[in-house]
Amino acid sequence: MERGDRIVSRILRAQSPSFMDPTMTGLLGKKLGMTSIFDEQGEVIPCTVIEAGPCYVTQVRTQDRDGYSAVQLGFEQKRERLVKKPLQGHFAAAKVKPLRFLREFRSNGGLEVQPGQEIKVDSVFAKGDVVSIVGTSKGHGFQGVVKRHHFGGGFRTHGQSDRERAPGSIGASSYPSRVFKGQRMAGRMGGDRVTVQNLKVVGVIADSNLLLVKGSVPGAVNGLLEIHKKRALGQ
Amino acid sequence: MNKVRLVEATQLRTDIPDFVPGDTVNVHVRVIEGDKERVQQFQGVVIGRHGAGMNATFTVRKVSEGVGVERTFPLHSPRLAKIVRVKEGAVRRAKLYYLRELASKAIRQKTSA
Repeated sequence: MERGDRIVSRILRAQSPSFMDPTMTGLLGKKLGMTSIFDEQGEVIPCTVIEAGPCYVTQVRTQDRDGYSAVQLGFEQKRERLVKKPLQGHFAAAKVKPLRFLREFRSNGGLEVQPGQEIKVDSVFAKGDVVSIVGTSKGHGFQGVVKRHHFGGGFRTHGQSDRERAPGSIGASSYPSRVFKGQRMAGRMGGDRVTVQNLKVVGVIADSNLLLVKGSVPGAVNGLLEIHKKRALGQ
Repeated sequence: MNKVRLVEATQLRTDIPDFVPGDTVNVHVRVIEGDKERVQQFQGVVIGRHGAGMNATFTVRKVSEGVGVERTFPLHSPRLAKIVRVKEGAVRRAKLYYLRELASKAIRQKTSA
């Protein structure tokens, strides 16, 4: 593709993002673990197994009422007793059982879904699709700079002591007399919202609500995942 | 992990014969060259099996024109047309890496009943 075409397609994409897609743009799921499968050529494909859906439409956001178009999806049933009264009312309005997770997915206004509608994995994704997956990365607790920011650490020899995993200098002295904001140091690592783009769907198993994507996804097993459809180029 | 096993179950082969380290096997490998497919045979001594389920592999060693050749195959790979157990072995180890240091006569003695 020529440079000019690339810029045009980028502008087009910016003007009409994923919610121009007439179908559902994503789904909620749960990471089940990793395995590998063989493709048609007999190559081994490392893949993550995701329990995707069934999700239930709990609310439809419209341009007129809310200023934007989106579909609110719920995933994973939970006991009614665990749901606070206001949220119970929210579920009752959509005529769905209480659900553990609620997330919104942007859509175009033309999307025909009704509150209470069940959305299954095979109605959204097919083998060969490209998806982006959002999850919460594994928490690592308080970590030093070697693990957290891939610093090299200090020398191990030449009479060093206590310097092996030290961060080194964090700035100059009398000028600027302070440490710059954003200076990478030790601290809490993990537990962040992480997006992995361009994962390929290598399988959809409709009767057990499973989605297989090539590669790894953020977070621990049983973690909640948002699976977003990748919009086609130029869309 | 049950549903992960479910996915794996669809991939596992059921036509694999029983064989253990020390056995001599003939592995028929599908080779794709361009748009043509042919079967290549690789015969040798199984010097180890590794992993379980989808991760299972096995290593076959043979001496080809004086050069030792080892190939490790995924046990459940669809690229294996078939595995034939040619000869039963009699060894007392699970991993036969010591065969690499032996002459062929010694290998014969070590692996036969």
